[in-house]
Amino acid sequence: MTPVVLSLPSSGGARNRVVDALRVIRDDGSTDPRLDPKLSESDAVRLYRGMSLQRILDNRMLALQRQGRIGFYGPSLGQEAAIVGAAIAMEPDDWIVPQYREPGAALVRGMPLKELLCQLIGNAEDPVKGRQMPCHYVYRKGNYLSISSPVGTQLPHAVGIGWAMKLRREPHAVLVFFGDGATSTADFHSAMNFAGVFRTPTVFLCNNNQWAISVPVAKQTAASTLAQKAPAYGFDGVRVDGMDALAVYRATRDAAARAREGHGPTMIEAVTYRLGPHSSSDDPARYRDEAEVATWRARDPIARFRRYLEHAGWWDDAREARLEQEIGDEITHAIQEAERAGPPGIDTLFTDVYETMPGHLQEERDAFVAFRGR
Amino acid sequence: MPAMTMVQAINNALREEMRRDDRVIVLGEDVGRNGGVFRCTEGLLDEFPDRVFDTPLAEGGIIGTAIGMALYGLRPVPEIQFMDFIYPAFDQIVSEAAKMRYRSGGQFTVPMTIRTPFGGGIRGGHYHSQSSEAYFCHTPGLKVVVPSTPKEAKGLLTASIRDPDPVMFLEPKKLYRSSREEVPEGEVLVPIGEAAVRRPGKDVSLIAYGYMAQVCLEAAAKAAEKGVEAEVIDLRTLVPLDEPKILASVKKTGRAVVVYEAPRTGGFGGEISAILAEKAIEYLRGPIVRVTGFDTPFPYTLEDVYMPNGDRVLAAIDKVMAF
Repeated sequence: MTPVVLSLPSSGGARNRVVDALRVIRDDGSTDPRLDPKLSESDAVRLYRGMSLQRILDNRMLALQRQGRIGFYGPSLGQEAAIVGAAIAMEPDDWIVPQYREPGAALVRGMPLKELLCQLIGNAEDPVKGRQMPCHYVYRKGNYLSISSPVGTQLPHAVGIGWAMKLRREPHAVLVFFGDGATSTADFHSAMNFAGVFRTPTVFLCNNNQWAISVPVAKQTAASTLAQKAPAYGFDGVRVDGMDALAVYRATRDAAARAREGHGPTMIEAVTYRLGPHSSSDDPARYRDEAEVATWRARDPIARFRRYLEHAGWWDDAREARLEQEIGDEITHAIQEAERAGPPGIDTLFTDVYETMPGHLQEERDAFVAFRGR
Repeated sequence: MPAMTMVQAINNALREEMRRDDRVIVLGEDVGRNGGVFRCTEGLLDEFPDRVFDTPLAEGGIIGTAIGMALYGLRPVPEIQFMDFIYPAFDQIVSEAAKMRYRSGGQFTVPMTIRTPFGGGIRGGHYHSQSSEAYFCHTPGLKVVVPSTPKEAKGLLTASIRDPDPVMFLEPKKLYRSSREEVPEGEVLVPIGEAAVRRPGKDVSLIAYGYMAQVCLEAAAKAAEKGVEAEVIDLRTLVPLDEPKILASVKKTGRAVVVYEAPRTGGFGGEISAILAEKAIEYLRGPIVRVTGFDTPFPYTLEDVYMPNGDRVLAAIDKVMAF
């Protein structure tokens, strides 16, 4: 059949591309010179420290959860590069809109460990006053948004925040984290669409960790990659090795720079793996093969980054031992400090629903206080 | 002082707030060039070309991005074209906007006013007529405001835009152009949380909001012909509710008829009835009676049968007076 060439009208929008498989750190720790972001020693060590802190914190918190000292925990094991590598690429005035697996990002934005621990415990010094489950962090001072549990709802917020930056003519950008599961939601679609239409300075960072609890990415989408969704919304998609912190850093830094310069959004798909359970309530042995996990464990992002540091002559066993000791002590100290605080006061149940407590809430509170005081 | 319809008064409030505060942003479907399907945003794009946005057709996206703007410190006023179309944004409203202040320990807030026309009376069938206020009244963290006159629509909308919390601003579309009222230019403020006594009376309290407040006034006029003095309370704000005014009225009259056009079961008027039963039962001289829409989807052809009218309210007045 001879194809008939028609000239059908188009929306006039852009034709975009997908950059595939960005990788910087080679197996021997050397880097691809075309892509190496050329971090200084101090920045490289800061990135490594951020990843190590998240890893050690995860292991300590899973243990704390098993001891019954915190009620729940969601680790980030395997995703350290795709979280810390991205967060560290942003400027202080940029915003970070998390999903729920990014304590490492909050910590590099300056959130004190003790504050994070208080949130996990839900005590009187918890910044959210014991109102949310563990891992629902917030850190306003670091422009790190509050977290909700429904998946994907943060995506349009990140677009609205970027849109507001643009309306205020402030040259900042927003980094929003989400997972492969979130790409199935209606909020993903509308956020990507609004970001494209209004060219908001939003960096969509999809942590494709292959599993949404027990559902593999192949059951979330029939598309071969997630990054290829971006061109349909009028902007570029970039696929990076999510176990390579420099690749994630490079892609995020470049996308954020383009966003700040007015070139609109980018979607980055960081191909990574959730080495641990979805949460402390989950048993992945029920639904996935240990052989698959072992394959990915061999690509451990922290070990890989250490090879890079060693190749550059910036790291050795002595520094590693010092770092582990230092982080371990910081976490121990934060746990001790946080466990001193008592539970939040009854009053905090009723405050912050509105700026000013309305009459019916005052009445409910007073009636309860009177009941308790009988 | 110009006489305005409610549509014009809403437009005037938006325009004046946008002039006063450059953080106020209007966004929604057809709100720009077309001025909104009811013309509430007419002319705003011309005056504020950088602050009025025709959005893609996605209610979840409209509210979700407006939340983002509010988080960053703007004062977005998104429009949902009909309340019947609000459900794709329901999660963003109840899980995100409503809970942000609480869940962040006050670190983040969402000062946003969602405007949406609601209620029947324009031959709109299922999907252009619903009154879904109860869902939002049931959600802590939201305020729910319903004007019923042009001047108060201006005053309440102005107060809503300046409010530090998310406000559902429900516009009774049956009243959009049904009457005109003198509306002052310049600042008009009606505080959120205060009901109004529309007509004083000593025999029975009629409690309603939106278009139903007007229906109650018609019923009260008919009751007066029979020698029954009905007091009409227009709630104006559902959350937070002006309980003192409702209780004072019912304690005086000893009788209450609660009127709302939403389906009866789980409607907000049920909450009013419960408050009266809990706090004023010793004053009641008869049952609290509800006059409501039916527990059916909103109909097209039989709209007038579905919606409470003066005669149905009058029958309820007769019932409580005869008890």
